[in-house]
Amino acid sequence: MRYAVRKVLTLLMTMLIVSFLAFLAFELVSGDAAVALLGTNATQERLEALREELGLNRPFMTRYFSWLAGFFTGDLGVSFSYKIPVSGLVGQKIPATLTLSLMSFVLIVAASIPLGMWSVRWEGRKGRVWRTIDAVRTTFNQLFMSIPPFFSGILISWVFGILLRWFQPGGAFPTPAEPGRFLWHLLFPAVAIALPRVAMTVRMLRSTIIFQMNSDYVRTAISRGNDRSNVLWRHVLRNALPPVVAFLAQTMAEVVAGSIVVEQVFGVPGLGRLLLGGISGRDWPVVQSIIVILAFWVVLAGTLGDLVSQRIDPRLRLGGDGE
Amino acid sequence: MLEIRDLHVKFHNRDREAVSGVNLTIQDGEILGLVGESGSGKTVTAMSVAGLLPRRSCDYSGEVLLDGVELLHAKRDLLRTVQGKSIGVVFQEPMTAMNPLMKVGEQVSETLLLHTDLSKEDRYWCAVNALGEVELDNPEEVYHKYPFELSGGMLQRAMIAAAIVCRPKLLLLDEPTTALDVTIQAQILKLLKRLNESHGTSMLFISHNLNVVRKLCTRVAVMQRGVLVEEGLTQEVYANPQHPYTQHLIAAIPRRDRREDV
Amino acid sequence: MKHMSPYFKAGVLLTAVLLVLIIIGQFWTPYDPEAMSSAEKLQAPSAAHWMGTDNFGRDIFSRVIRGAGTTLGIALATVILSCTAGTVIGALTGYFGGRVDAILMRFNDALTAFPSILLGLVFVSVLGGGTWNVILALSIVFTPSFARVTRSAYASVRDANYIKSARLMGAGKVRILTIHILPNIMQVLLPALTIGFNNAVLAEASMSYLGIGSMGSLGYILSDAQSMLYSAPWYALCAGGTIVLMIFGVGLMGEGLQRGEGGRYA
Repeated sequence: MRYAVRKVLTLLMTMLIVSFLAFLAFELVSGDAAVALLGTNATQERLEALREELGLNRPFMTRYFSWLAGFFTGDLGVSFSYKIPVSGLVGQKIPATLTLSLMSFVLIVAASIPLGMWSVRWEGRKGRVWRTIDAVRTTFNQLFMSIPPFFSGILISWVFGILLRWFQPGGAFPTPAEPGRFLWHLLFPAVAIALPRVAMTVRMLRSTIIFQMNSDYVRTAISRGNDRSNVLWRHVLRNALPPVVAFLAQTMAEVVAGSIVVEQVFGVPGLGRLLLGGISGRDWPVVQSIIVILAFWVVLAGTLGDLVSQRIDPRLRLGGDGE
Repeated sequence: MLEIRDLHVKFHNRDREAVSGVNLTIQDGEILGLVGESGSGKTVTAMSVAGLLPRRSCDYSGEVLLDGVELLHAKRDLLRTVQGKSIGVVFQEPMTAMNPLMKVGEQVSETLLLHTDLSKEDRYWCAVNALGEVELDNPEEVYHKYPFELSGGMLQRAMIAAAIVCRPKLLLLDEPTTALDVTIQAQILKLLKRLNESHGTSMLFISHNLNVVRKLCTRVAVMQRGVLVEEGLTQEVYANPQHPYTQHLIAAIPRRDRREDV
Repeated sequence: MKHMSPYFKAGVLLTAVLLVLIIIGQFWTPYDPEAMSSAEKLQAPSAAHWMGTDNFGRDIFSRVIRGAGTTLGIALATVILSCTAGTVIGALTGYFGGRVDAILMRFNDALTAFPSILLGLVFVSVLGGGTWNVILALSIVFTPSFARVTRSAYASVRDANYIKSARLMGAGKVRILTIHILPNIMQVLLPALTIGFNNAVLAEASMSYLGIGSMGSLGYILSDAQSMLYSAPWYALCAGGTIVLMIFGVGLMGEGLQRGEGGRYA
């Protein structure tokens, strides 16, 4: 329990640092928000009044803390382009991105653990046939790892959208109000994100398992009369998981990056489009908010990973932060 | 009860046979010591009995008979019914031989899960019982510990508990005391002796330490470079070693009287 | 390197073929990549147009080869810059250790935890678009991963006997860092280079696909191709396939390098 508390405290500290860096960075690039909102030919008085209203004349640290407080109360500032609160814009787009990310994450876990276990079933067999099978498997694994998520997205929309007509690429995207169609349409981008990542996870799981298979405790388990699948599922898997969990935590972060990109392929109305629009339109409050939200998501995923690893491997409870 | 006939094992990545032509028998209730330096083939001999030879990466021939059942060439399915049930194995390094992420007690009761129809609760009590039998204090508490929470000596006791929980006829002990310090070593030897007397379990005790073997074993066999060079009752071999290698080994034992010379 | 893994050989072969095509493509392409021809639009791959033509009649092979050159150039520049910077930082912090090391590595961990595409987007949005800014942004993004690899390698040999003896023989710090240690960390640096290159290709292609980054690179071509997915699916398949082959070739090289050491691959 104390381990969990310490982890959560570290998490909060990291979030604080990340948010500070983000605030500082965008403070440096974004220039005068009042000019951005009112345009360059606004009068000096009106600019000054708006600066006063937005609190831009206050010292840097005061503004940082009021921005941070706003962040937790849902006040993310006002969009330069749309002149409406960022929280509304972001709130509208989060469901699609979040669902998409979680869906592909679930797909990755559900596919890669059985595939990884399956890929080591015949490990250690000798002879030409097995060597060939191993070479083919490795090559395909490497090939799938080489597909960028946006290209797997294009392939999927070509095969399932254009050739098989399971959905209409470029058509209007269903809203969460129709959960069935919404999820069905999100399934395709989710698979696109998951595809290369599954290959990476399988490779990672496989090498960890093979490493573990040479351990002494495996020999002990066999000496008790365990068969191969018992040895793998009951003994080896648990020992192979901690590094894989760390990798999956990283995957949680990558999935979000993946959905930002793949949303564009399928026209998913998520954070990705908002972020890209914000970047090209230099709409800093929007960009800043999304980046900080994503950064929080990333550090949160890392902490979750640590907590899960610690559930699997009780030795980690003693080792502190592992630093 | 155990009979090894003309056992040959050669690993593909070695030029020399690890075991060449070993014949050994163990009677019911007997403790046989198998002595030799590292690489002499004693562990490989024991692994052939336990069905733990990496069959794909070695050539092997001969016979291993446990109560008349051939094990060396036996099918995996048959082997698995013997492993853990009729033959228990205790390894050298308890810290690595135990699964680090599985509770000690679960590892003890796993053998019961594999070989008996006992209910979950019966398995639990059986395992706790076995942990008590190897003289661990608070066996119920130990049951719920992870290996890293126990000392080396306690873990080795737990390993022994896991090996004997199904009451095997034969216990293979591969240098079980080497990794432990001397006082604990003596306790474990006493425990093994007691288990041998109370259950009549036969044991194959592997060690490079002749002193330990002398304390425990009724008969001793000496191996060198894969060959059995001498075999006999412990006292006779010690009193009157025939083979030069055995003489050399016995001469190397540190003795009190000799130490006093120095 | 006596026994090179077949994966490494296959990877080198594939990469070499692509490299030759790309280099030639920078000076000469079968057609002008921008030349439109209404008579030849939307042709499927043929002997005349190896990858077919798009709906303006432009030769896709020429466009893809030219685009691959842009992608390759950006990725190479990124890897060279970030590997150099990362190696210097990693060597200094790993060899000397101490407080600076601890702080920098915390920072490093935070940066590597963040997906490189997102980080790249942030830096490009701050720096502004254009090829050079993309290279700069991606170099900043990838420097930490190289620093981490080099740092742990340097830290692990810091107290090795051959380094101690070099120190006793009066070798200066710079000499030890470059001549004595650097060759010994090549075996961790080389696989890291293949991974870094692939991540750079991936990040660059993703960013240009999103329209934030360099015009004319493969990602940009692919987003163009996606709009013709109905009428000219071969366009997207060929452009995307080229990215896959680039990454695949270098990935095979990495697989071979990792299998090479001691048979076990990490």
